[in-house]
Amino acid sequence: MNTGTAVGMVARREIATRMRSKAYLIVTGIMIVSILGLIIAVKVVGGSSAGKLGVLDGSLGVPLRSAAAAVGVHVTVRTVPDRAAGERQVRSGELDALVVGRPPEVVVKKNLPDDLRNVLNVLARQQALDEQIIKAGGDPAAVERAVAGASVHVRALVPGGAFRGERIAVGVVAGILVYLALMIYGQTVAQGVVEEKASRIVEILLTAIRPWQLMLGKVVGIGVTGLTQMFLVASVGVTAALLSGTMHIPASLLTGAAAWGIVWFLLGFLVYALLFAAMGSLVSRQEDAGSVVGPVMILIIVPYVLGISILPADPENGLLRVLSLIPLFAPTLMPMRVALGVPAWELGTALGLTVLLAMALVGLAGRIYSNAVLRMGSRIRLSDAWRAA
Amino acid sequence: MSDQRLEIDHVSKRYGDVVALREMTFDVRAGELFGFVGRNGSGKTTTMRIALGVLAADAGEVRWDGSRLTLETRRRIGYMPEERGLYPRMKVGEQLVYLARLRGLTKERAVRSVDVWLDRLGVAERRGDEVQKLSLGNQQRVQLAAALVHDPSILVLDEPFSGLDPLAVDVMSQVLRDKRDEGIPVLFSSHQLDLVERLCDRVGIVREGEMVACGAVDELRTGGQERLVVDAPAARPGWAAGLPGVTVCGQEGTKTVLELGEGADDQAVLRAALATGPVREFTPRRPRLTELFRHVVSDDPATGSATGAGGEGRAA
Repeated sequence: MNTGTAVGMVARREIATRMRSKAYLIVTGIMIVSILGLIIAVKVVGGSSAGKLGVLDGSLGVPLRSAAAAVGVHVTVRTVPDRAAGERQVRSGELDALVVGRPPEVVVKKNLPDDLRNVLNVLARQQALDEQIIKAGGDPAAVERAVAGASVHVRALVPGGAFRGERIAVGVVAGILVYLALMIYGQTVAQGVVEEKASRIVEILLTAIRPWQLMLGKVVGIGVTGLTQMFLVASVGVTAALLSGTMHIPASLLTGAAAWGIVWFLLGFLVYALLFAAMGSLVSRQEDAGSVVGPVMILIIVPYVLGISILPADPENGLLRVLSLIPLFAPTLMPMRVALGVPAWELGTALGLTVLLAMALVGLAGRIYSNAVLRMGSRIRLSDAWRAA
Repeated sequence: MSDQRLEIDHVSKRYGDVVALREMTFDVRAGELFGFVGRNGSGKTTTMRIALGVLAADAGEVRWDGSRLTLETRRRIGYMPEERGLYPRMKVGEQLVYLARLRGLTKERAVRSVDVWLDRLGVAERRGDEVQKLSLGNQQRVQLAAALVHDPSILVLDEPFSGLDPLAVDVMSQVLRDKRDEGIPVLFSSHQLDLVERLCDRVGIVREGEMVACGAVDELRTGGQERLVVDAPAARPGWAAGLPGVTVCGQEGTKTVLELGEGADDQAVLRAALATGPVREFTPRRPRLTELFRHVVSDDPATGSATGAGGEGRAA
């Protein structure tokens, strides 16, 4: 049997047994529901109005809303029958403020929230301006149209500044997903290796195929399982974010972040799966698995925690820039940095180094695994597994 | 047909300071059932694992059909490891098909073979169950099926009978005989010596990593000390004590069990017995494998050596 067939058969078994498992379906479901929930939450919070305003004159609705848009908030405008009714609603909290007369007098229960004050100030100035334009013989509507089209053009010297808040959100979500996937599927590889050792089926399997074929097949199979899940979750997330209009950043940025997240998951998974497989092969019982996979997990957790706590506030942090170039840390850090904006050479360097590490690990992990996987009993020292033929 | 023997040739293995195998040498011929016996830790499992290539020998080699075993030839071995190995959460049928296909069977052949063996071993109705839900005995049957589904050219079974009920023992025995009759070498280890005695064409007894006795069961039995059972009801106790070369081993009712040493004359014993009165029984008693085993395995190495030990070794 050639290598491809052997690796493929092992991989297909992994895919078939794992994708059918309840745990897999449940985790996938939870991830999709969480990301949809997040998007809905952002939509609800981000789209909620800064306040409910009551007006006596319904024609105030349009200028009020455009004033609010200029300030960058949403307001709800409701016409009330008379001043007394409006004041009652303000008192009861149904309305945040009642706008009466021209120039506008604002009735509030106790005080006016800052963003509503800004909106109403803009409205008052606009009304004053309109009056002056009419006095000067102009057409307020024409002036307004001309003014509405004017805005500043921003040219950032360092990329990544625009849509900062949303970029941070995308980066954090991508970081969390890659981190979770690496943790879940990395450990799945270790558990799978120990399971085969503990159940002793590895002895039967290795009379049919070579150790590294078994290891690689397992890594590929579990990788495909994880990739499918990541791809599903990322597609649902991106699609929902775009369709719901929650995100204002360009679609290319969002899909780019998702695509890079998947690339880094794949590379990171390859690196960590090989490490997990090699470490898992050192023990013969599931109870001992924790002690050998712990150090590998720390390599995933530390950069993730650093990244998620520092990057949102300081995307250009020097320490993280350096760490994100190191192959073992890049898979958790780069997905966040990509969303926040990262120079191409840094991304390229991290990619290249990680690919090199993965290639080296195929040999190194394969050697440790081959030496250790058939040795039953107590935990094998890494140095023994390396030396023993 | 070429000489499809499985040869274990001067295989040695150490674990640190512990010698696990010392030039272990024997062969299992095509169409032969070979029983491998020895105390726990004497090196049976180590030998089998080396033959299967799941353990590397320090020295010596394992050959089949005249050439050293490679991964390709090892894939033709049906192997049942001492500590059973199956995926506990995988379904019986799927698991066996997978194992057969890993050894190169097409999907159709694998499915057909799995059907045949599950049926034959009486676990066909458990096809869709997870292995961990089966009783230990049924798991063992599935384990045997795993060793057989790829139609192996060699069978190596480590303790195939342990934990089986009498009916399963019969099924297992019959399968092993059938495989032998198909002309393949069958090697298995067991502590059930009566079973080995009944089933095997040849037996190898190991002690401390060495083959100390190897040969056909009958051959081995004659190789042991010959005993005589004499039933002389009228004889007084001690009637045989003075006979040259004769040791009294015990008294079973009116029967006396005697061991004849080097140069002892059984006819002299018979005459002495007749002199005491009537003799109802006068039979040579061949040692059973169990007695032989005790004898060979409990003595120190100098006296334990019996016939045929390492007899077929050749220069490596």
